[in-house]
Amino acid sequence: MFQWPLDYNLRVVLAGTSMLGAACGMIGVFLLLRKRALVGDAISHATLPGVCLAYLVGNALGWEEKSLIWLLVGAAISGTIGAIAIVFLREWTRLKEDASLGIILSIFFGIGTALLRMIQTLPHGNAAGLEGFIYGKTALMVSEDAMLIGLIALATCSIVAILQKEFALLCFDASFARSQGWPVLALDLLLMACVVSVVIVGLQAVGLILVIALLIIPASASRLWTHRLNSMIWLSAFLGAISGVAGAYASSRIDRLPSGAAIVLVALLLFLVSLVWGKAGGIWWRFRGAVIDRDRADVEHVLRGVYELLEAANANPSLAGMTRSQDVDPKALDKLRHWSHRRLNQTINRLRNEEAIIGDNRDRIALTARGLRLAKESVRRHRLLELYFQRQAELTGEAVDRGADLIEHDVDDQIMALLESEFGSDLGVPESFHPLPSDGLKLPAGLSQVAMESNAQSPNSSERNPNGTGSIEMERGRSRGDSQ
Amino acid sequence: MNILDLPTHPFQLAVSGWDWTHDGWIVVAGILCSLSGSLLGCYLVLRRLSLLGDAISHAVLPGIVAAYWLKIVAPFWLTGMFASLPMWMGAVGVGLLTVWLTESARHYGRIDESASTGIVFTGLFAIGLVMVVRMADSVDLDLSCVLYGDIENVPLDMVTYWGWDIPRGVLASTVVLIINLAFVILFRRELQITSFDPGLAGSLGIPPAWMHYALASLVAVTSVSSFESVGNILIVAMFVVPPSTAFLLTKRLPSMVALSSLIAIVSAILGHIAAITVPSWLGFGGTSTSAMMAIISGMFLVLAILFGPRDGIVFKVYERSWLATKILSEDILATLFRDQEQNRPERTAAELRGHLLATPWRFRVAVQRLIRQRQIDGESGYLRLTNEGKLAGQNLVRAHRLWEQYLSTEVKVEAERLHSQAESLEHFTSRNLREILEAETKRPDKDPHGSPIPPEV
Repeated sequence: MFQWPLDYNLRVVLAGTSMLGAACGMIGVFLLLRKRALVGDAISHATLPGVCLAYLVGNALGWEEKSLIWLLVGAAISGTIGAIAIVFLREWTRLKEDASLGIILSIFFGIGTALLRMIQTLPHGNAAGLEGFIYGKTALMVSEDAMLIGLIALATCSIVAILQKEFALLCFDASFARSQGWPVLALDLLLMACVVSVVIVGLQAVGLILVIALLIIPASASRLWTHRLNSMIWLSAFLGAISGVAGAYASSRIDRLPSGAAIVLVALLLFLVSLVWGKAGGIWWRFRGAVIDRDRADVEHVLRGVYELLEAANANPSLAGMTRSQDVDPKALDKLRHWSHRRLNQTINRLRNEEAIIGDNRDRIALTARGLRLAKESVRRHRLLELYFQRQAELTGEAVDRGADLIEHDVDDQIMALLESEFGSDLGVPESFHPLPSDGLKLPAGLSQVAMESNAQSPNSSERNPNGTGSIEMERGRSRGDSQ
Repeated sequence: MNILDLPTHPFQLAVSGWDWTHDGWIVVAGILCSLSGSLLGCYLVLRRLSLLGDAISHAVLPGIVAAYWLKIVAPFWLTGMFASLPMWMGAVGVGLLTVWLTESARHYGRIDESASTGIVFTGLFAIGLVMVVRMADSVDLDLSCVLYGDIENVPLDMVTYWGWDIPRGVLASTVVLIINLAFVILFRRELQITSFDPGLAGSLGIPPAWMHYALASLVAVTSVSSFESVGNILIVAMFVVPPSTAFLLTKRLPSMVALSSLIAIVSAILGHIAAITVPSWLGFGGTSTSAMMAIISGMFLVLAILFGPRDGIVFKVYERSWLATKILSEDILATLFRDQEQNRPERTAAELRGHLLATPWRFRVAVQRLIRQRQIDGESGYLRLTNEGKLAGQNLVRAHRLWEQYLSTEVKVEAERLHSQAESLEHFTSRNLREILEAETKRPDKDPHGSPIPPEV
C-alpha cells in the first residue's frame, strides 16, 4: 500500500498553503500590473470588523463559537464593503488612491480592534481564536479549511482563466478599455472581489498583515523572469505555491518559527533570487551585460589604437606578406584614452589569447593577420560613423570623434549596411579626420622601409571615395606626401 | 481639587467614572500623538505617500525588538536618559532603511512604488515577527501592545522631572511633537515646494530626495514613540484620516495643517470619552481607547464627505436638485406661455406634468415655488399664468426662439437638433445675452420654425 510521506495533519496544511499561495500569486499579477498592489493591504485590514461582528452574532445566537465558515462570511462582507468604499472614495471625492486605501485600512482596522477589545471583556467569551486572524494560525488548519482554500483557489483560477483578456486590458490600458466600452468599474470591482476572496482564506493561514505579501511578492518576482502575461501568471502561481509549501514545512520542522512569517520570508527569498538572477531584468544579467559591453569596447579601443599608431607611421597598415605587423609601444596606447593600466593589460592579454596580438606587454606588441582584420573592422566602423556625423549631423572637431566613440560599440550590421549604402560600399577603411598620434612606433630601420614601400604599392582605399570633402582631400594630400 | 471633580458637574454625569488625574493624562497622550501624526500626515497625503505611515510603522518592528534586546544585554550603560536611545536610533535607521529599500526594489525590480513598499514592509514585519517569537524568553514584548498600544496604562508609568510627575509616554510624545513642529515650521517652504512641484524644488536647489528621507525618518520616530503609548492603530489613522479630512475641506496648505491638527485634537478627546461610554451602552466591559480615537477621526471624515462646503455630497445633491427644480419651473412657465399664445386648451397639473416628463415630487416643488413667487395660480384647478408669470414666460420663449434663429443662421445647426439645443440654452440666457443675440441675428420677427419672436419685456 502506498505510504504518504509526512503525517496527515502536515499534508493538509501543506495542501492548503500551496493552494493559497497559487491563488494569491495569480490575482497578485493583476494587482501588480494595475499598480494597485496595496489594495490587498487595505482589504485585508477591512475584514477584521466582519470577523468580530460575525463572532458576536454567532455568540448571540448561541452557535458554535469558532465556526470558521461563518467568521469568513463576516470577513467577506466587511472586506467587500471596504473594497466598495475604496472605489467610492477614489471616484467620488477629491482624495487620491493612496489616501483612500489608508483611510479604509485605518478606520476599518480601528473598528475591528475596538470590537475585538470589547469581545475580550465578555465574561464567557473565548476570543483567542480571533487574534489568530491577525497573525495567522496555520498549524490549526484542518482538512475542511484546506478544502475551502482549495475551492476558492479554484474559483479564482477559473475567473482569471475566463476573464484573462479583459483583466489584461484593464491592467495595461484602462482608459483605452473604457473608450472601447468595457465596463471598467465592474471589472475593477470583480478584481477586488477576487482579492477579497483570496484574502479571507489567507487570513486563517498567514494572518491579515502578511497575506498582502503573498499577493505582492510572487507577482513581483515572476515579473523579473518574463515579459509575457500568460507565463507570468503561471510562474507567479508556482512561486506562491512554493512559498506556501516551503514556509509551512519549515515552520513545522523548526521550533518557534511562526508559519505566516516563514511563508513570507520564503517568498521574499524567492524575490531576492529573482531580483538577482531573473532572466527579464535581474541585476546579475544586467551587470554581466554591462561588463561584457565594457570588455568588448576595450578590445575595440585597443585594436583601433594599435591600428592608428601603425597608420600614423605609414598611411595604410598592411602585413605585406609578413606574419605580424610592425611593433607598437603599449605605453603609447596608454596615452590614447583614460583607461587604467590594469584594464589595458587585461585587454591586451585577452587579445593575445585570441591570437589577435603578439609580443610582450612591456615593450612591444604587434597585430597578427587576424588582429589586423579585426582592427580594420573597428576602425572602419568608427570612421564611417565619423563621416556620418560630419556630413549628416554637421558636427565638427572633437564632437565627431567623441560621438563616434560613444556609439560605435552598439552599431550593428544593419546600421553599418545603411552607412555603407550612404557613402559607398567600396569605401574600405576611410582615413582619419583628425591627426593621429605619431609617437610610440618602434621601427627597426630596415623593417620600416619595407613596410612603407609595400604600403605605397597597395591601393589607397580612400582614393576611390567619390565624394570626399575638403578636409579629407587635405588629409589625403598630407598622407600621400608622407608616404612618398 | 478640580472643579470638574464635583459630582454635580454635567460632564461628570455624562461620563461616569471620569478621573482627571487618570483620564486627563490619557487624553493628553492621545492628543500629543495625534498631533504629531496629523502634522506629518498632511505632507504625506499631499505627496501621495499616505501608506508610508502604515508601512513604516509595521517595518519598525525588527528595530523595536532589537532595541528591546539591546536593553537587556546592555542594561548597565543604557540607563536613565539613555534608556530609550537605541529605540530612537533604531527608529531613524529603520525609517531610512525602509525608504532606501523601497527605492532600490522599485528601481532594480522594475515595479511601482506601492508594490515595492508592500514587499519591504511585509518582509521587515515578518522578520520582526520571527524575532519576537524566537526571543520571547529574553525580550518581554507583547505584540498586541505594538499594534493596539496600551494607552490605558500611560498614567501608571510616571517619571519625575524637576519636581513634576509626568507619565513617560507623555514626555516622549511631547519631545516628538516638538521635533515634528520644528521640522514643519523650519522647513515649511521646502516641504511645500517639494510636495507640490519636485521639479521646481530641484531647480531651486532643494533636493526632493532629502525631504523625502527626512520625512520618512520623522514618520519612523513618530511611530516608534507612539507604539508604547497609543499603538500602531492610532498613529496610522492619524497619518491619513485627519489630513484627508482637512484636504476635503480646504484648498490652502496652512489651513489644511491647522484644520487637520484641530480634528486630531478633537478626535483624541472624543475618542477617549467614547471609549469609556460606548461599550457600557452596548453591554461590554470596555474597549481600546486608541481604536476609538481612530474611529472618531473617521467619523469626522464621513462628515466632511457628506457636508463639506465645496465638495460635500449633500451640498452637491442639493445644488443639482435646486437647479433641476429651477429649470422645471421655467419649463412650466414657457409651456403655459406657448399654450396661451397658440390658444390651446388649458391643461390640468397632471397633464402638464405628463407633458414635461417630471417626477411628481419635483413637479410639486416647482409649482409651489411658482405659486409662492406669484407667477402662476392654481386655484381654478388649472394652472394659469399670472401677469408676472406671463412676462417671465415670454422672455423664456423669446430666448428660445432667438437661440433657434442664431443657431440656424450663424452656427448652421441642422433643423432637427435646433429645438433641443435651444431648450437647454434658454435657461442660462440673461437679458443682456438676449439683446446680443437679437443684434447678431439682425432683429428677426420669426424663428426658423415660423413662430413669432415675442418682444422683450
